[in-house]
Amino acid sequence: MIADLVISLVFIGYAISVLMGFGTILTWVERKQAAVMSDRIGANRAYIRIPFTKVKLVWWGLFHGMADGLKMLLKEDFKPRTYDWYAYAVAPWVVFTPVLLVFAVIPFGGTLTPAALWAPLGEWFGDKSYPMQIATLDAGLLIVFAFSGLTIIGAMLAGWSSSNKFSLLGALRAGSQMISYELVLGLTVLGLILIYGTVDLDSMVRKQSGTVLGVLPAWGIVYQPFAAILFLTAAIAENKRIPFDLPEAESELIAGYFTEYSAMKMGLFMFAEFIEIAVIGALFTTLFLGGYNLPFMSDAGFAFPGGAAVAMPHGAVVVTQLATFLAKVFVVCSFQILIRWTLPRFRYDQVLTFAWKFMLPLAIANLCVTAVAVWWIRA
Amino acid sequence: MSRKPHVRKRYWNEPVMGWWERAYLPEILRGLAITGGVFVRNMLKWMTGRKGALTTYYPEETRWDYAAGNRGKHVLTRRPDGSPQCIACNMCATVCPAKVIEIEAAFDPSDSAHPKYPVRFEIDYSRCVFCGLCVEACPEDAIRMAKEVPDLPADDRWTMWLGKSELLDWQPQADVAKPYPPRARTGDGA
Repeated sequence: MIADLVISLVFIGYAISVLMGFGTILTWVERKQAAVMSDRIGANRAYIRIPFTKVKLVWWGLFHGMADGLKMLLKEDFKPRTYDWYAYAVAPWVVFTPVLLVFAVIPFGGTLTPAALWAPLGEWFGDKSYPMQIATLDAGLLIVFAFSGLTIIGAMLAGWSSSNKFSLLGALRAGSQMISYELVLGLTVLGLILIYGTVDLDSMVRKQSGTVLGVLPAWGIVYQPFAAILFLTAAIAENKRIPFDLPEAESELIAGYFTEYSAMKMGLFMFAEFIEIAVIGALFTTLFLGGYNLPFMSDAGFAFPGGAAVAMPHGAVVVTQLATFLAKVFVVCSFQILIRWTLPRFRYDQVLTFAWKFMLPLAIANLCVTAVAVWWIRA
Repeated sequence: MSRKPHVRKRYWNEPVMGWWERAYLPEILRGLAITGGVFVRNMLKWMTGRKGALTTYYPEETRWDYAAGNRGKHVLTRRPDGSPQCIACNMCATVCPAKVIEIEAAFDPSDSAHPKYPVRFEIDYSRCVFCGLCVEACPEDAIRMAKEVPDLPADDRWTMWLGKSELLDWQPQADVAKPYPPRARTGDGA
């Protein structure tokens, strides 16, 4: 019992530190990647001086994120004269918390057997093994959609309670856009649910561990390449980033639904956005890129198609799986940032037309084709 | 009162999208390939120790391609005997549109040709607009502007005042238009 609790706490600590770490690092990655993409140097002036010396640590501008966070904490917390102050204060948290909660059902590693890791641990844990996931739920994917749907409420609350016309317009835009794209998001994933026959993310990842035709990894993107593109597009629209950042469109709406927010309340909106990049990366990795799986790797080690095999100790396997997951998530995040700094913003009618007249039919068509194919193969 | 519906004007050179552009995804991928390509190219440069950006790290790095006639930091010229060529006539201070030049004149009875000289000659670079009017106004060729910019990024504006000794003593790189220090006058027009 205590052992289970300890393991759970360790997993929760790991997940939170990973998300917060990604949130902080991505602010830096976004700046630097945008700079390198456009022949610039990027933010590089913030430094930490080692006390009593003249050594300045610059580290490629990594401390700019820290400076920004400090600035947000120390800024005046401006409060508008609003009739619904409670909703105004609670809105950033309603946006921020579900983003963290989504990660609870995402498996970030394979199975952890403490006894195999280090012999003395075996006396305490016995031969128990734990899937590396905070909440082992059968309804994994449904939980993801339930929680990610909650962020709409936060955006609407923020816009409504700010008593500002720009905020209200932004909130309305956010509401209609996010609901539209939520639909597309759900429909694209249905194809995967048909193929794997489960909504449990852990067993989904386990089913992606083999190979197709002997060489290709059996990842979701191989079975459903089209759904992968649609999913990523809809997920970026869910996150309200360029090219879908109509709810905040700074040239029209100042900052959209968080116009009236300042200091760390506004920081929470920004931070939630950056963490959601990481969460989308983690979801995409889990559903389409085989999660923590490397090609030809199992819990025992590598087994290549030629017959060569490399056995690995349990600790090495665990570390490799954790690292693989993080690396894949980082690549997907970086790709999202590439999209953000490449594509111009849609017009608002184009956003909704794109959702209802372009992506929804394509998602339904993809679903039909998948259903027929699955039925054909099973029969 | 009837209102005509708004009809958008059609131009003769409006871009027309073909079916390939209309398909949207290929063009998006092409755009991503362009930006991604630039990213990879610049990143490879950074990782191999070269500079992958067009930006100059000012003030650690100064540009090498300032124009030869660039109006940069001022130089006070000297006579062959080393005394400043300036006669403290205040013409530069008068013409200066930003009013950044301050001159305090003094009397030197030992030099009968140039009895008036500046004890104080200061330029406030935090306000200087680098228009070059002081150089044009000077009747004695006592003030010039060198190609290099004043290397003055500082935390407070008081360090941006440069005095007479600084303006006299700093060594600009070779000036193609006029040699510095000026050649000694021989009196035959050279």
